[in-house]
Amino acid sequence: MAEYATPTTEQEFAGNFAQLKPLMSNSEAMLESSRCLFCFDAPCIKACPSGIDIPLFIRQINSGNATGAARTIYEANYFGNACGKVCPTEVLCEGSCVYTATGAKPIEIGRLQSHATRKVMDQGKHLFQPGAATGFRVAVIGAGPAGISCACELRKLGHEVEVFEARSRPSGLTLYGVAPYKITNEETLAEMAYLEAQLGFRVHYNHPISSRPELEKLESEYAAIFLGIGLGHTSALGLPGEERDNCVGAVEFIEQLRIGQQHTAVGRRVIVLGGGNTAMDAASESARLGAERVVLAYRRGKEEMGAYAFEYDLAKSVGVQGLFNVAPLEITGNGKVEGVKFVRTATRNGQVHPVPGSEFVEPCDMVIKATGQAKQTRFLNFIPELQLDSRGRIVFNPATYQTTNPRYFAAGDAANGGAEVVNAAADGKAAAHGIHGFLTKN
Amino acid sequence: MPDLSINFAGIKSPNPFWLASAPPTNSGYQVMKAFDAGWGGAVWKTLGVPVVNVSSRYGSVNYRDKRMMGFNNIELISDRPLADNLREIEEVKKRFPNHAVIASLMVQSRQEWHDIVRDVTNAGSDGIELNFGCPHGMCERGMGSAVGQEPEVLQTIVEWVMEVARIPVIVKLTPNISDITEPALAARRGGANAISLINTIQSIVGVDLDLFAPYPIVDGKGSNGGYCGPAVKPIALNMVKNCAQHPDVRLPISGIGGIETWRDAVEHILLGASSVQVCTAAMHYGFGIIREMTSGLEQYMAEKGFRTIDDMVGRALPNVKHWEDLNLQYKVTASINPEKCIGCQLCYTACEDGAHQAIRLQPGTRTPAIIDENCVGCNLCSLVCPVEQCITMERRDDGTRHQTWKERTAADDIPITFNDERAGGRHHWVPEPAAALGKEREKTLPGKARLYKEVAVKQKITE
Repeated sequence: MAEYATPTTEQEFAGNFAQLKPLMSNSEAMLESSRCLFCFDAPCIKACPSGIDIPLFIRQINSGNATGAARTIYEANYFGNACGKVCPTEVLCEGSCVYTATGAKPIEIGRLQSHATRKVMDQGKHLFQPGAATGFRVAVIGAGPAGISCACELRKLGHEVEVFEARSRPSGLTLYGVAPYKITNEETLAEMAYLEAQLGFRVHYNHPISSRPELEKLESEYAAIFLGIGLGHTSALGLPGEERDNCVGAVEFIEQLRIGQQHTAVGRRVIVLGGGNTAMDAASESARLGAERVVLAYRRGKEEMGAYAFEYDLAKSVGVQGLFNVAPLEITGNGKVEGVKFVRTATRNGQVHPVPGSEFVEPCDMVIKATGQAKQTRFLNFIPELQLDSRGRIVFNPATYQTTNPRYFAAGDAANGGAEVVNAAADGKAAAHGIHGFLTKN
Repeated sequence: MPDLSINFAGIKSPNPFWLASAPPTNSGYQVMKAFDAGWGGAVWKTLGVPVVNVSSRYGSVNYRDKRMMGFNNIELISDRPLADNLREIEEVKKRFPNHAVIASLMVQSRQEWHDIVRDVTNAGSDGIELNFGCPHGMCERGMGSAVGQEPEVLQTIVEWVMEVARIPVIVKLTPNISDITEPALAARRGGANAISLINTIQSIVGVDLDLFAPYPIVDGKGSNGGYCGPAVKPIALNMVKNCAQHPDVRLPISGIGGIETWRDAVEHILLGASSVQVCTAAMHYGFGIIREMTSGLEQYMAEKGFRTIDDMVGRALPNVKHWEDLNLQYKVTASINPEKCIGCQLCYTACEDGAHQAIRLQPGTRTPAIIDENCVGCNLCSLVCPVEQCITMERRDDGTRHQTWKERTAADDIPITFNDERAGGRHHWVPEPAAALGKEREKTLPGKARLYKEVAVKQKITE
């Protein structure tokens, strides 16, 4: 018997994917904010990639100034609400809270953060307005955390911004790639609408930029171009049988889930390949969609998984079973997926070696490959002088986010190779200052 | 097993915990419930002249998530008929003959005082408390704290009461006065058997930021009220001590003010109280809170070897001195236990900004270090430290020398000019003023998470 019944209605879906960090009530926020010590040179600030003055916003909540708290958050991070919900706070701000050293629970910083931001969002209280017009126009490619953050900051600095987004909705992976129990579509989109209403950047949806002529048009119309394009599809494994029905990429599966919600099909017996956070998400999501058996297969040991420990714990808590030290050899089946043929592995001197004769087939009717996303190398090659590093990441000046083509700037997954929403949001905003400096320099 | 019972100026009760004259003692129902729960006595809500109360009567001072750290009220004395109160006092005494019922009284004329003293005595009260403390409403009519602030008037009224009193009389003092011992002495001169203190402190507990009115708000307006609750304990303790130490007061003291736990009660007792009265704690948590008080007191007495309450009364008084009698040779400095430090650096910023710049940060760790030669032993770091026993104050002098300001004065060895070599702060290191500018600004004011330089717009794209 599976832990979860397959959801058939919106309510059942919301139940199976109940928010891990639900909205804090005023009473809870008062209790929790009262615990904060207001550390000097607080470790939580240093642990936050966007450098939010966390002790300040917690104190503002505590003193009845939730609007001020939201301002503190948004001044540092335009994805303030989303980050409060989707950030791996356990390893960032909350993980660094000095309370952990006493054995006490860390302050629930993420939930306090979203408590404050939701207040201003729900009340429609505006905190920002565009800066005095400079006359400069900037194109932003990609309406993800990097692109939107960059657009917001550019508007604040007075530049005109047009955002070009291939999909029909903004916020990138925050909507299309984050597990639904971390944030709902409605909440993600509400924050985007809240930002757009204040700062007035224009987003062209369903407007992919994917060819050289399109880039040329942007180059002729805009003084600078920001690349917030993220990563591409799930990389192919190169295994026999990978093309069989029901062998899907994790990124594609999660995107389908975010759009289709309870209408998303999942197998009865699912094998997820991979040991990163996306693998944990895909496994958890399969279980919450009602799969009877979900196996997480990883080619090394449990301790070597790239996923955060709390993400693996979360997957285990919904019934996901770990299968370690196995490497997939083939996706078996007859048209449709029927199993995965594995070989057991041993790790010697950091190298994974197959154990001869240990092959076995684990039966399943769905395979989810969570084995990394490909870079958008083909598209990036359309940009003259743009250098990529050996791993396909855009080379940029870390102080200005300027690429090797001076009119192009980049941040987010395409530049850092794949990180958290908070990294993209922080870097996208910082890149806006790089662009600002470039535009206003004589 | 320690004996918690007391005999306070002739009033006996099974333990020293009495409910103070206040809303919890408004009726026989409440007093019986309290005695049932374990309270030793109750001072009935003040009986006297007829009053009318307002609606919206209490205000609170909250500290972060802690409610009612301070509390105030603009309620008056009992607004119930005297006859009802007298009948209920009689009923309570019949049911609880060994518990203390003290009638609090407030009337105006000599005849009224005589009448009401006789009435409550006939009803079976064990004692009388004269309410010379109420700081709102009643004082505007010449009673309550208006009496407590005029020692001669106070003495006269006590004398009127003593003319007819056949049971012990306690005078309840107002703290809204510069020297509490003056009314205490007046009470003694008038012949009172005991004093109780403190009554509430005149206060405004807060202002509504939208209505521009003080709490509690009565139809858009407010009035000063009487302040009580945990926040007033330090003021009460000092006044109890003042009365207990005064050589001419020499009256049993019922300690009142901020008592919520056994620990608060013991502090009052160690400074000279021989019974204690509680109100706010009962209003906040109900009568059941008594079980923590009695068990804590009993445990403490057993551990300390005190058999009776009297064994403890005033035990701290010999150690409460004037400043000039303190040992100037005593020296402590702070010590941080790195094993316990959690790295909040509150001690660092507190000392740096609020004390003597005697703590420094260390590279590679968040645990700060004490700069011994700068530490004056003020305690601040140990007070702000959130970890139990992490920062301790260690004695540095060898304990052999003892010299007080008084002794130095007698020896003609005190600094007398503004720049005297003998002044305490001479030669004590302080940083140069300008060294403060910009120091650790990114740590003190991390607000603008990323401090982007403002770039002036010099050029525009031509349309």
